Amino acid sequence: MSGKNSPFPDHTGKATWGERVVELEEFVEASLNAGRSLGAEDRRAARESLLRPVDDATSAEGPFERILVFGGVYSNHHALRALLHRARDADAVYCLGDLGGFGPHPEKVYPLLVENDVRVIQGNYEQSLASGAEDCNCGYTDPRDNHFAGLSYRYTERNCSDGFKRWMGELPERRRVRLGDRELLLVHGSPRQVNEFLFESTSPVTFLEKLLDRERCDALLCTHTGLHWHRRLPSGRDVVNVGVIGRPANDGNTHVWYTTIAASGDSIGIEFQPLPYDHEALAAEMREEKLPEEFVETLLTGWWTTCLEILPARERERSRF
Amino acid sequence: MNQTLREFMILPMITTAPQVELRALDTLWFQVAGTLCNLACHHCLVSASPTNRTHEHLSLATVREYLDEAAGLGVREFYFTGGEPFLNPEMEAILEATLARGPATVLTNGLLLTRDRCRRLRALADGSDYSLDLRVSLDGWDAATNDPVRGEGSFARVLKGIENLVSVGINPVLTVTEVCKDVSGDTGKQRFFELLREIGIDKPRLKVLPVFHIGAEVSRGGAYADWQKLSPGDDAGAGWDHLQCSSCRMVTGRGVWVCPILVNDPAGKMGESLSDTLGSYPLEHQACWTCHVQGASCKT
Repeated sequence: MSGKNSPFPDHTGKATWGERVVELEEFVEASLNAGRSLGAEDRRAARESLLRPVDDATSAEGPFERILVFGGVYSNHHALRALLHRARDADAVYCLGDLGGFGPHPEKVYPLLVENDVRVIQGNYEQSLASGAEDCNCGYTDPRDNHFAGLSYRYTERNCSDGFKRWMGELPERRRVRLGDRELLLVHGSPRQVNEFLFESTSPVTFLEKLLDRERCDALLCTHTGLHWHRRLPSGRDVVNVGVIGRPANDGNTHVWYTTIAASGDSIGIEFQPLPYDHEALAAEMREEKLPEEFVETLLTGWWTTCLEILPARERERSRF
Repeated sequence: MNQTLREFMILPMITTAPQVELRALDTLWFQVAGTLCNLACHHCLVSASPTNRTHEHLSLATVREYLDEAAGLGVREFYFTGGEPFLNPEMEAILEATLARGPATVLTNGLLLTRDRCRRLRALADGSDYSLDLRVSLDGWDAATNDPVRGEGSFARVLKGIENLVSVGINPVLTVTEVCKDVSGDTGKQRFFELLREIGIDKPRLKVLPVFHIGAEVSRGGAYADWQKLSPGDDAGAGWDHLQCSSCRMVTGRGVWVCPILVNDPAGKMGESLSDTLGSYPLEHQACWTCHVQGASCKT
C-alpha cells in the first residue's frame, strides 16, 4: 500500500519516535532499555500501596436482623412517604444520599427523614449544596445534560433552607452496619469517590473483590447510578446497588425501587422491592413549579429523558432514549 | 546484559517535572494492532500507517497474560486501540477473552466494520455480563471536512461501518478530535448529533478529544511551543487525579507504557509487566501539558 503513488508514508524498516522517523532498530533498542529505573523493592512497595487496606475508623452500627436501604430521593417526597409506611418492620432505615434535584419542594423530605430516624449518608448533591458549589458534580459533558442538571440544581439550591443545607453538611460520608455476623459498608457512589458510578455492566468481579478487600467488609451497598443490581462475588461477598426512590429505573414502569437486606445464617438475603407511589400528584406539583416537562415525562412513562450520557453501552441499549 | 546490571546502569533521571502517583490501576489499554493502520491520518499522534511497525500486533496469548495479571490488581475496564484494532487477526478472540473478565471498549476507524463482523460483535456483546463499546473516529461531518484529515474516501466508508453497527443494534460513540475546530462548541456538537440521527441513531453519543501536537500532527498543525510544558507547582494544590496516568497503563508489543499517548517515546515506557509500572511517573512530556490544561482523557 506504500510506494511512490501511495497517499501513505513509507515506514518500512523505520520507527516513528515522536515526530522523527528513525531506524526501527534504534527505537527497539531504546525501548528495551527503558522503563527499568524502579528497583524490585520499589516495585513491591508500589504494589502494596495500591492494594493496602483503607484506614477506616467508622464504627459499626447494629447488630440488626433486617434493614431497609434506599438512595436517590431527588425531592420525591411522595415516594419517601410511601416507603416509610413500609419501613415499620425494619430494624433500621438507611438512605444513601442524593436527597434533592429533579423533583419539587426539596425541603419537604427534611422532616420526613429526621422524624422517622432515617440514617442518611452524604451524596454528591448534599456535598455540593452544603458547600455552596455551583453544580451537582455529576460530571456531565453533554450540553443538554448539563442544561437540565443545572436547572434542577439551581431550583433545589434556591428552595432548600440554610438549616437543611447545614444538616446535609454534617452527614457522614459512609456508615458500617452489622447484619447478623456480616459487616456491610454503605456509601453513596463508591468507597473511593462519592460520584463514582458503579453500574452492573462496568463493575467486574475482580475489581469488586479488590475493592471489598481494601475496605475489609462483607458487603458493599451503594446507589448514585439510579439503577439497582446485585452481584454475589466468588468470595461469597455481595455488592448491591440499592437503586433510587426518586425516579423510575428507566424500564418503562412508573414505580421506583428500594432494597431490603436480612441476616440469613452466615450470609445475607437481598431483595429488591418495587414501590408504587402517587407519581401523578408529583408530576402535577412539578408542573406547578415549572420544572422541565422532560422530568415530568420520566415520572409518567418510566423512561429517562435526560442525563443518559452516564449510562454504559449495555444499560444505554435497554434505554428508550 | 542481565537485568540487574541494566538497572544499575540506568540511573534515575533528575527531574523537575511533577510526579503523578498511580492511585489505582482502573483502566488497562492494549495497543492491540500496534502502529499498523489502514489509514494514515494527518493528525495521528502515533503516526500509524500501513507500514509503521514501531509497535507490532499483540497476540491473544500476550493479552491473556496481561488480563491475568490485571485481575490481581483489580483493573476495572479494558480499552483497545492501535493503529486499527480490527487489522489484528485475533481481535475478536481477544475481545471474547476480555469480555469474560470485564467491560471492553474498542477504538476503531470503522473501515473494517463489515456486516458479518458487526453480527459477530453483537454476539460477543450478548454473551458477556459486561459492556462492549465501540468508538468510531471521524474528523468532520462530511467528506469535505473529514477526508483532508483522515484520507480520500474515508468519510463514506466510515459511515458505512457505522450503519453496519446500527443494523445490529450497536450504538457507537463517535470520536472527534478538535482538529475539527467547531466540535468544541455546542453548535458543532449538534452537527455531529444530526449526522448520527440521519443514519438512524436516535441516541447519538459523542466523545471530543483535544489535539496532541506530536507524531504526524507536527507536520500538519505544528509542534508544541516551548512554553507548553508542566513545571513544579502547576497542579495548584488540586492534585493530579484528573490525569489518566493516575489510573491507567498501556500495553504494547514492546512492554507497558504509562498511557496511550506516549507510546512512541521510549521515555514513556515503564516496564515489562504491570507490576513493574505501579510507581509514579514524571510529567516531562509536552503532551502531558495538553492532558492537564485541557482535562483530556482517552477514556470515553
